[in-house]
Amino acid sequence: MVYKPDRSVAAVNLSGSRKIAAEGGNMAAMLEVNDLNVFYGSIHAIKGISFEVNEGEVVTLIGANGAGKSTTLNTVGGLLKAKSGSVKFCGKDLTTTPAHKILREGMALCPEGRRIFQQLTVKENLEMGAYTRNNAEALETIEKVFEQFPRLKERQKQIAGTLSGGEQQMLAMGRALMSKPRLMMLDEPSMGLAPILVEQIFDIISALNKDGTTILLVEQNAQMALSIADRAYVLETGRIVNSGTGEELLHDDSVRKAYLGD
Amino acid sequence: MLTYLINGISLGSVYAIIALGYTMVYGIAKMLNFAHGDVIMVGGYASFCTMTYLGWPPALAVLFSMVVCTILGIVVERLAYKPLRNATSLAVLITAIGVSYFLQNAALLIWTSNPKVFPDIFASIPPLVIGHVEVAADGTESGGIIISATTLITILVNIAIMVGLTLFTSKTKMGKAMRAVSEDKGAATLMGINVDFTISMTFAIGSGLAAIAGVLLCTAYPNLVPTTGAMPGIKAFVAAVFGGIGSIPGAMLGGILLGVIEIIARALVPSVPSDIFVFAVLIIVLLVKPSGLLGKQIREKV
Ligand SMILES: Nc1ncnc2c1ncn2[C@@H]1O[C@H](COP(=O)(O)OP(=O)(O)OP(=O)(O)O)[C@@H](O)[C@H]1O
Ligand SMILES: [Mg+2]
Repeated sequence: MVYKPDRSVAAVNLSGSRKIAAEGGNMAAMLEVNDLNVFYGSIHAIKGISFEVNEGEVVTLIGANGAGKSTTLNTVGGLLKAKSGSVKFCGKDLTTTPAHKILREGMALCPEGRRIFQQLTVKENLEMGAYTRNNAEALETIEKVFEQFPRLKERQKQIAGTLSGGEQQMLAMGRALMSKPRLMMLDEPSMGLAPILVEQIFDIISALNKDGTTILLVEQNAQMALSIADRAYVLETGRIVNSGTGEELLHDDSVRKAYLGD
Repeated sequence: MLTYLINGISLGSVYAIIALGYTMVYGIAKMLNFAHGDVIMVGGYASFCTMTYLGWPPALAVLFSMVVCTILGIVVERLAYKPLRNATSLAVLITAIGVSYFLQNAALLIWTSNPKVFPDIFASIPPLVIGHVEVAADGTESGGIIISATTLITILVNIAIMVGLTLFTSKTKMGKAMRAVSEDKGAATLMGINVDFTISMTFAIGSGLAAIAGVLLCTAYPNLVPTTGAMPGIKAFVAAVFGGIGSIPGAMLGGILLGVIEIIARALVPSVPSDIFVFAVLIIVLLVKPSGLLGKQIREKV
């Protein structure tokens, strides 16, 4: 089955910016990761990876379990500290920025396993997403998120831990959008969801991107991820072993063998 | 009997206020701050000294002791606990016990072991008399009840704190952030919440409340010594576990029930030290419902 993204999904313009063509060449990338090394104690999880994401793109990192995808996103998002290498966002070096200040730079991470606040209500979860912004701004954005995810509006008073898996994923994404990020990083948003919901989540990601949010996506579902990605990197045991446009990798023999089940 | 009940609720209110500090710190920093009881003692001395030696009015002295305890709480967290944020819980527990002994011994050095007699700050307020009370020659009362000002004020203060904290955690941004941090520090960080600052604030609030508890406790039991906070601290910990540690209403309920149990046990079986019942409650709760009366048991969906 080849997934065809439905670009017609009604989208809400969250950032107001236009998609900027990324083929410009020497224009500096929005996110530049350079020679990153990350350790867990003595385990060398990320071994000198470099990649970039240009404004307006959907970029995906694919790879098997344990390849280091989550480690990469968590390091860019500030939850983990790199041993060496640098992370630059919009020209600013964020390598040593304290984790809680990274969101303010315009980069949001929707982490693996959703990690919504189970005991808070849906609305409170969304409010936490807008923690760095003032109440008036938050109120405005919450309405837009509710337009994007009508289900969340219906359930805004519900305790988040009692939502279904799909609803929890929508909440996690809605929460990340509450900060109006310029770059949204998503770690396995389709994990544990039924195929119909997976398609819905991918449609939402495409729609967000169409409205100007740059996307860095980590997925095990390589087929889906590559079909919506402008570019992709293949991660294997902490190293980038392949890269190209989504289209190229979809038709790459080694990728088909390893990740697309051919 | 009604008098016992009211006195029990009053004593329980003090436990509840202390238990709130335990429970909030546990909920957010995931540690048992065994030095919390000694903050009460420091609060007691701070208000005693300013009232007795400097002649400050009680209200000002209470405010001062709240400031002192708040700062103490923040400093202790910063110096003793923050460096251990990623250490084993055993290391943190031992540190907390160390801080407790440190505070007690510092107090011993400054104020010696001679008991200080804490002034009755509510002496000017008449007791509440319900019904027509006859006091017999042997001191027993009949026909109605007399509730002392201290008892009444303790209960009212407790209610005010409970309402205030509930509003704080459910309505304010900082309060909601605290609940978020207590659930998932990493996810809270991703929201832009400064986790270290939030933990610091939790210690500040818990210690400020401990100062109030210290004043109320010393007014009801005026003997102030360096170990004054130790036993109420441990009982408040029992109360927090009883109610469900990490739960604010749980701390309230646990504290009040424990106070009532203690006072009624003392009245019914005066020959047995009432503390036996307090700790029996702890053991029974741990056996029957380890998460406590209102303990949270929601587990993440996988
Ligand atoms: N907290 C940790 N402590 C020690 N090792 C870890 C820790 N987290 C991850 N690792 C190791 O680092 C490597 C990369 O893990 P990571 O979670 O980044 O993989 P992943 O590509 O996201 O995998 P998955 O697809 O299963 O989510 C793995 O070998 C893993 O065992
Ligand atoms: Mg992962």
